[in-house]
Order: sequence, then C-alpha cells, then structure tokens
Amino acid sequence: MNAASKYMRRAAGYLFVLLVTSFLIFVLIEAAPGDPAEIMLGTSAQPDTVAALRAELGLDRPMMVRYASWLGGVITGDLGNSYTYGTPVAELIGDRLAVTVPLTLLATLLAIGISLPLGVWAAARPGAVTDGVATIFSQFGIAVPNFWIGLLLILFVSLGLGWFPAGGFPGWGDDFGKAFSALILPAISLAIPQAAVLTRVTRAAVIEVTHEDFVRTARAKGLGRNRALWLHTVPNAMLPVVTMLGLQIPFLISGAVLVENVFTLPGIGTLAYQALSQRDLIVIQNVVLMFAIIVIIVNLIVDGLYAVLDPRLRTHK
Amino acid sequence: MKRIPLNLWLGGAISLLLVGSAILSRFWTPHDPVKMNILNRLKGPGDAGILGADQIGRDVFSLIMAGGWTSLGIAVTATVIGGSIGTLIGVSAAARRGLFEKATGWINSVLFAFPPILSAILLGALLGPGGMTSIIAIGVFMIPVFARVSRGAALQIWSRDYIKAARMAGKGQALITIEHVLPNISAQLLVQFAIQTGLGILAEAGLSFLGMGIAPPTPSWGRMLADAQTYISSAPHLVMAPGIAIALAVLGLNLLGDGLRDLTDPRRKQAS
Repeated sequence: MNAASKYMRRAAGYLFVLLVTSFLIFVLIEAAPGDPAEIMLGTSAQPDTVAALRAELGLDRPMMVRYASWLGGVITGDLGNSYTYGTPVAELIGDRLAVTVPLTLLATLLAIGISLPLGVWAAARPGAVTDGVATIFSQFGIAVPNFWIGLLLILFVSLGLGWFPAGGFPGWGDDFGKAFSALILPAISLAIPQAAVLTRVTRAAVIEVTHEDFVRTARAKGLGRNRALWLHTVPNAMLPVVTMLGLQIPFLISGAVLVENVFTLPGIGTLAYQALSQRDLIVIQNVVLMFAIIVIIVNLIVDGLYAVLDPRLRTHK
Repeated sequence: MKRIPLNLWLGGAISLLLVGSAILSRFWTPHDPVKMNILNRLKGPGDAGILGADQIGRDVFSLIMAGGWTSLGIAVTATVIGGSIGTLIGVSAAARRGLFEKATGWINSVLFAFPPILSAILLGALLGPGGMTSIIAIGVFMIPVFARVSRGAALQIWSRDYIKAARMAGKGQALITIEHVLPNISAQLLVQFAIQTGLGILAEAGLSFLGMGIAPPTPSWGRMLADAQTYISSAPHLVMAPGIAIALAVLGLNLLGDGLRDLTDPRRKQAS
C-alpha cells in the first residue's frame, strides 16, 4: 500500500472517531437536565409558549433526527443560536477563536523556543551543568500548574513591575500592539509546562540519535561537533518531539481554559466555562465538539509530518 | 544491594510528607480549617499562624493540610478507577488481539480527545460541579493512558517462552493474564500510578480553581488559589502557599514514579 492511500485510510479512521465522539457529546448533552426552551423563557412562561418555542427550535423532533440535523449544521457552519446571547453559535465561536488561536500558537512557539535549545544543550553534554539546569527546569515545569504561573506573573510582572496588563483583552481592531501585549503573560503561563515536557523529550531524543552511526560518520569526515549536532543529530531527533507536540494538544487546550480564566481573556475557554454556568447547552455541545475536531486534525497533521521528517516511513510498509 | 536512586529518595520523601500530612489533617490541624475568624482576616504569615489567614480569617496552614486530603483523595480515587478500567482494557487487548484490539485502540483515541477540563465541562452540564464530576472527568482521562501502557507491557510478556509453555499446559487467556501477565507488568503499572496521581492532583487543582471541583467549604488547593486571585494586591501571600503545595505534590509523585522506573527497569533509565 502506498503512503497516500495509507494516509487516507488513517484520515477515514479519524473521521469515524470524530463521528463516535460527536454522538457521545450529543447524548451527554441530551441527558443533561433542563429544557432549553424553558431556560430561554424563564420559569414563569406559559406551557403553550414553551411548546411553541420547542417546535421553533426543532426540539420536538426525534433524537436521531436532531443529531443528524446538528451534524448537517456542523458541516454547513450553521450551529444554531446561543440560548443566552441569542447570537449564532458559529459567530460566537469565531470571535473567541480570534483570541484563543493566537494565544495557543504564541505559547507553542515560546515552548519550542525554550525547549529546543535547552534540550539540545542538555543532550550535548549529559551530566554537565546545562543538563542539570534543563532537568531541574523540566521537573519543576511539569509540576507547576499553569494558572499558578499566571497568578505569579500577575503579581510580580504586572502588579510589581507594571510591564504587561494583568488581564482583559482590548480586541485586535484598535491597537495591534496593545492586543498582542495582553497575550504575552498568558502565553508564558501556558508555555512553561509545555516547554518542560518538550525539553525532556528533546533531550532524550537527541541523546539517542547521538549514538547512531551516521553521526559518528559525520564526525569522522571532519565535521565539527556543533555542526554535526545541529545538522545531523537534531533533525533526526525531531520525530519524538513532534509526536509529543501532538500529544500535548489536549493539555494545551485545557490549559487555555484555565489561563484565559486567570487573565479574563474572552477566548474559547472562557466561553465554554461561562456557557456551563449559564447552562447554555448548545454552546457547550459545539465548543466541546470543536475541541475534539482540533485534537483530531492536529493528530492527522502530526501523522503527515512523520512522512516529511522521516523519509523511511514513506517507503516502508 | 542496589543503590536507591536520588529521585526515588526525594520523591519518596515528598510523597510520604504529602500522604502523611493529608492523613494527619483528618485528626489534627493547628486550627480548624473551616472555622472563620474575621479578626485575622488577610493577616500575613507570622501575624496569624505560620502561613497567615485568608479572606475570612481561616488559618492557611490548616487549609493546606486539609486541602491535601481533598486533592490526594480525588486524584487517587480517579487514578484507581480509571487505571483499573484502562488496565483491564489493555491486558484484554493484548490477550485477544485481532478486532477487539483494534476496537480498543479506537476507544482510546476517542477518550484521548477529552482532557479532564473538557470532560468536566460536559459532565458539569450533566451532573453539576462537585467531587464526583472531578473524579469521573479525571478518571476518564486515565483510561487510555493505562490501556496503552498495560497493552504495550502485556504484549511483551505474551511473547515470552513461559507463556508458550503455559498455553501448551492448557491454560486459557484469562488465567494466563492473571497468573503471568499482571504480576509481570505490575512494576510498570505502579510507576504509571505514581505519575498519573500527580497529574490527577494537577487536574483537580485546575477544576477546583474554576469552581467545577469539590464544593466549598471543603478546603481545596485550587479553590484557595481562586480566592487568592481576588485579593492578590492586598494579600499577595495567599497566592504562594497553595501553588507551592500543588507543585511540590506533583513533583514528589513524578520523582517517585521516575525513581521506581529506574529501580525496576534499569534499561529504560534515561542516559545521565
């Protein structure tokens, strides 16, 4: 079987997983107490008004029909209206993504920017001071909750030094610099635990590749220590690092819910959280599905990157 | 005599401290952790107890001790339940192979798309916030982790000669799994148990920080941090203790897990 068809099969597999996941989400939300029509109209509403609204929302149709129509809506982008805001859920999610996507991307870039050099330096001389620093950083970074890092940054950097805002988001429209600086502290809080995990994986991966024959050959033909490290060892050690990057996505997402909350950012995490306290079930349902879709798409991208990073995987099996 | 690795020492000591103080808090704390004392409101360390007092004058040190019981209790319960289900799935997949193994793989990838906070948001809609929601949300996340680890470890055992011998002796899959596979993968499961309990504590703290965890007045580290944020400019000391407690607990359990791995499986010891 060639690589492309193997990849397509895998994509089909993920699509199946997504279908099962969406059904699971639908059933769980379905079982949740509270009738959306009653929530929207309040407890004093007349039964026939409630019934009329139920019919208008299509809630009186059989469960499987509603599930199918939800899926259809997901594909066409019509997710229905929020019970509390009254605005289309798709619009709501789109607005919030304008905060969460830059935040998580910035955090990922920061995490790579910290962990790649740190992990490689640590691996270059196992047991040396740099290695000790990297090990201590990764042990602590994994253990420290990101929302606590956020609180410390607010306390020392924002309130102490007055450098970055302690919370809130001005929106991208007016002042790009101001909006960007509102994301810096949250991104650092989100990045540190990620960087800790990645440092550990990078270090282990680089150490393993260092012992490969081709690295010895590179050194033997006269390549300098650092050139051999960065040109031959590091690129070949990237596979486990990319895998870990993909595996960390669920943690990045749940981290974003917490960090957005600490810094009161109007992101997708705060949306989900508010929806829960307002019992806006339709928002919860769609946001959770969207998270699942992101996790699965990232997995698919990571699978695709394998073939790019390791040509052997393209031809074998 | 094997030398005990440094991380095992350190991790063991911290974990023992965590478990010890959590159990002790059931019988004794310097002050009643839920008793308000409005005169001590927001007092700093030294002025009221060694770690100060919170916004309604509760003793922070006592709250930390009692919060440890909450965190550890929820994390251990979730890990035991999720870990048992995951291990059952993993060893069955290794024993039966074929379609069953494929199916469990798919279940794992579905569950893996649900980090604890996301499941808690979903479950919160169904059950409302609380300790039960936390335990299920965290436990669900443990299932695929343990299923993967135990399946991988069990597959290795199944390829051994003594298993072939056991099969020829007429033993069934279930019996072989109980008599040979489980005892031989228990060390790896124990390592995973320590590390995942640490992650469970981290997740529980996040959930109670968001107000989706165990309900007040039961003390919890995450809730303490949420309260501390409100008073961050007037009483910054409140931010420190719960955060350090969480970090130390997770660090201890991680080191314990790493140490146990180094001790039981020297081949997998990371080059150092």
